[in-house]
Amino acid sequence: MIELREMPFDPWQYLAERQVSQGVEARSGAAAIFVGTMRDFNEGDSVQEMYLEHYPGMTEHQLETLAASALKEWSLDDVLIVHRIGRIIPTQPIVLVAVWSAHRAEAFDACRHLMESLKHSAPFWKRETLVDNSVRWVASNTPG
Amino acid sequence: MLVKVLFFASLRERLGVGQVMLDTHEAISVQEVWQRSSGENVLPVNVLIAVNHTYSDAAALVQPGDEVAFFPPVTGG
Repeated sequence: MIELREMPFDPWQYLAERQVSQGVEARSGAAAIFVGTMRDFNEGDSVQEMYLEHYPGMTEHQLETLAASALKEWSLDDVLIVHRIGRIIPTQPIVLVAVWSAHRAEAFDACRHLMESLKHSAPFWKRETLVDNSVRWVASNTPG
Repeated sequence: MLVKVLFFASLRERLGVGQVMLDTHEAISVQEVWQRSSGENVLPVNVLIAVNHTYSDAAALVQPGDEVAFFPPVTGG
């Protein structure tokens, strides 16, 4: 499942509610979770807030494509990707990637692969506001 | 028939426009879409291209009614 959110969210609450609403899958022996959170610094500067632009239509399509491709490549029970858009402040979660599988190896591999693919191909762009109120676009991802 | 052209993020700000409608009655290359919509001859090497929400390249052919997007490297997650 894919979701873009304009409002802040608590990934742990989100996962707990999902677990309750869907019931615990008896066959899913492993869940791998990645949560990406906004830092208050980037490239040596203090950042006070960020705006996350996306491409309506394509961003959802690309995330669906990544999820479908992971379900095909690994033996997974389920895939969840939640991503923020709009205004974000430090300490707020930006992205949640979760995968459920029978065993840990596939869960770890799929979760990492999904996150790296998202960073390289999902159409999102970060515009930072520094503490002196200057604004700049983030030019590229950090290596890892 | 029209081709809808979109620019995002820092590229939109540099060009000063977010959307351009191009009129064409035949298929044209992405390269030609870029020239006609941006007013620039050279498509920068780091600019990414999507046709109808799927990644594509400068040589791809665009049909009337298609949506083409140009944008800088992505920085989500």
